[in-house]
Amino acid sequence: MSGAAHVALVGYYEPWWIQIIKAIVIFAVGLQLVPVVLIAERKLLGRFQGRYGPNRVGPYGALQPLADILKLLTKEQFRPTTSVGFLFALAPTISILTAVAAFALIPFGNTQDIFGTKVGLYGVDVSIGPLYLFAFGAVAFYGIMLGGWSSGSKYSFLGAMRGAAQLISYEVSQGLALLGVIFTAQTLSLTGIVTAQKGMWYFIPQFVGFLIFLVAGFAETNRAPFDLTEADAELVGGYNTEFGGGRFASYYFAEYLNVLVVAGIVTTVFLGGWLLPFGIHPPGWVDPFVVLFKMSLITFLFIWIRATLPRLRYDQLMSFGWKVLLPLATLNALVTAIVVVATD
Amino acid sequence: MSATPPNDRAADAPDAPEAPDAPAPPGAPGPALTVSEWSPGEDVIEVQRHPKPGATRSAWRAFRETARGLKTTFGRIGERPSTIQYPEEKVPVYPRFRGRHKLHRFEDIPSSGAQAGLEKCVGCSLCAAACPADCIRVVAAENTPENRVSPGERYAAVYEINLSRCIFCGYCEIACPFDAITMGHDYELSDYDRHDLIFTKEMLLAEPLERTPLRNEGE
Repeated sequence: MSGAAHVALVGYYEPWWIQIIKAIVIFAVGLQLVPVVLIAERKLLGRFQGRYGPNRVGPYGALQPLADILKLLTKEQFRPTTSVGFLFALAPTISILTAVAAFALIPFGNTQDIFGTKVGLYGVDVSIGPLYLFAFGAVAFYGIMLGGWSSGSKYSFLGAMRGAAQLISYEVSQGLALLGVIFTAQTLSLTGIVTAQKGMWYFIPQFVGFLIFLVAGFAETNRAPFDLTEADAELVGGYNTEFGGGRFASYYFAEYLNVLVVAGIVTTVFLGGWLLPFGIHPPGWVDPFVVLFKMSLITFLFIWIRATLPRLRYDQLMSFGWKVLLPLATLNALVTAIVVVATD
Repeated sequence: MSATPPNDRAADAPDAPEAPDAPAPPGAPGPALTVSEWSPGEDVIEVQRHPKPGATRSAWRAFRETARGLKTTFGRIGERPSTIQYPEEKVPVYPRFRGRHKLHRFEDIPSSGAQAGLEKCVGCSLCAAACPADCIRVVAAENTPENRVSPGERYAAVYEINLSRCIFCGYCEIACPFDAITMGHDYELSDYDRHDLIFTKEMLLAEPLERTPLRNEGE
């Protein structure tokens, strides 16, 4: 499936100074994208529900996320007396750190020739792409779990427990859903997976895997209809009930960055990354925009689903994860493996 | 309790229900175990039943219903939001809306003759008597040829309505024999101080600075 010609630059590493520049650029880009997603979500949710959404700050309410962030950052760093101080401060940092680390993985384009230096338009092209992703996904769970536990509040703790159970349940299906793609592409590098989709984007042959990954992605990012960790009606705010100010802003930021990460991974793995259909080969600088466009489509889907589906009950969440998604994902991986071996 | 004996019998003799002429006890295994279908009357056209079990069917049903929900919400995007942006955009009131009271003068036109520009209120205090919330205070004074305020014998020297007590029932309007007091359309009556909500005669006589939009006929 994967010809040797276009996999040549997979696992390519730039000199150290380019890596540092790229790290700054990735962080800055992620930092700019999150407010855009924030305002897009609030405006779109408004439209879905027959109202305007924020429209007071700036033209069409475009500066609303800035106002929100400014408000949160200037607030007092409140801490409950029952909380575990060190972990209470650390937990939001873990959340944001893992989100940014996972964001580094998303390839925004192939290696480009910029001023005579070959630069890959991605944070890092590790040879264990999905493993790296799941490793940071697993660490992100500590951000939620420690945050909920160290708050010393029952609501936070319940939210964190739910979050932990949910993340563990759906991570399995998510990993198995990705296995099918890895079998087909025969590489663990995300740029390798993209270049392997030259013939056909993987969401066609791996449609079941695509659906499972998407559903598990909703659960992994604690988004509706799987937002049981912060079921506001039952748990006030879930794991972040006791957080305020900058710490809450960190959690908020991490949540939306995680949405972007899942959108980016879906784009990379199933929607052909920077590739365009019908054999169109634009110049290299178009690649990031193609990826961003596909990411925005997935993000729109996230918001659309949030506006449509009601929250699942806890037992429904668990039985869906273990009795539906996991067998389906296993079957998908199995069938893909058999097909790959049979056709090889 | 009643379900256990047939089940025990089925375990003992699995071929028992296959005998067609065996008298089937209520709840016996075999055809009697199927979900009994409640038969509606002939006038009932459609009965909503629980979904039939089955993995494929229920999966398809879940998918279809989700897609239907997504279609519904997507259709809302193009529609105009039903929000009314209140301070800038006001809902027009009906002509008979009971808002803040207004006191009236005779119109300042030549045909009204000697009455032109005089206050309609003659200080009879019928409105105050009719008021169930006891929010109107009238102190009457005699009209003199030098100081003629109203066409009648007396006029209201003090006319105050405490709008923080008023329940906007409109009884004052009905009680008034001269149509001197009517309910207006003004409904933006919040203030920082309760004392500011006691409206004096001058305030009630004055034309409102900003007119409340009025709903047209049939709107």
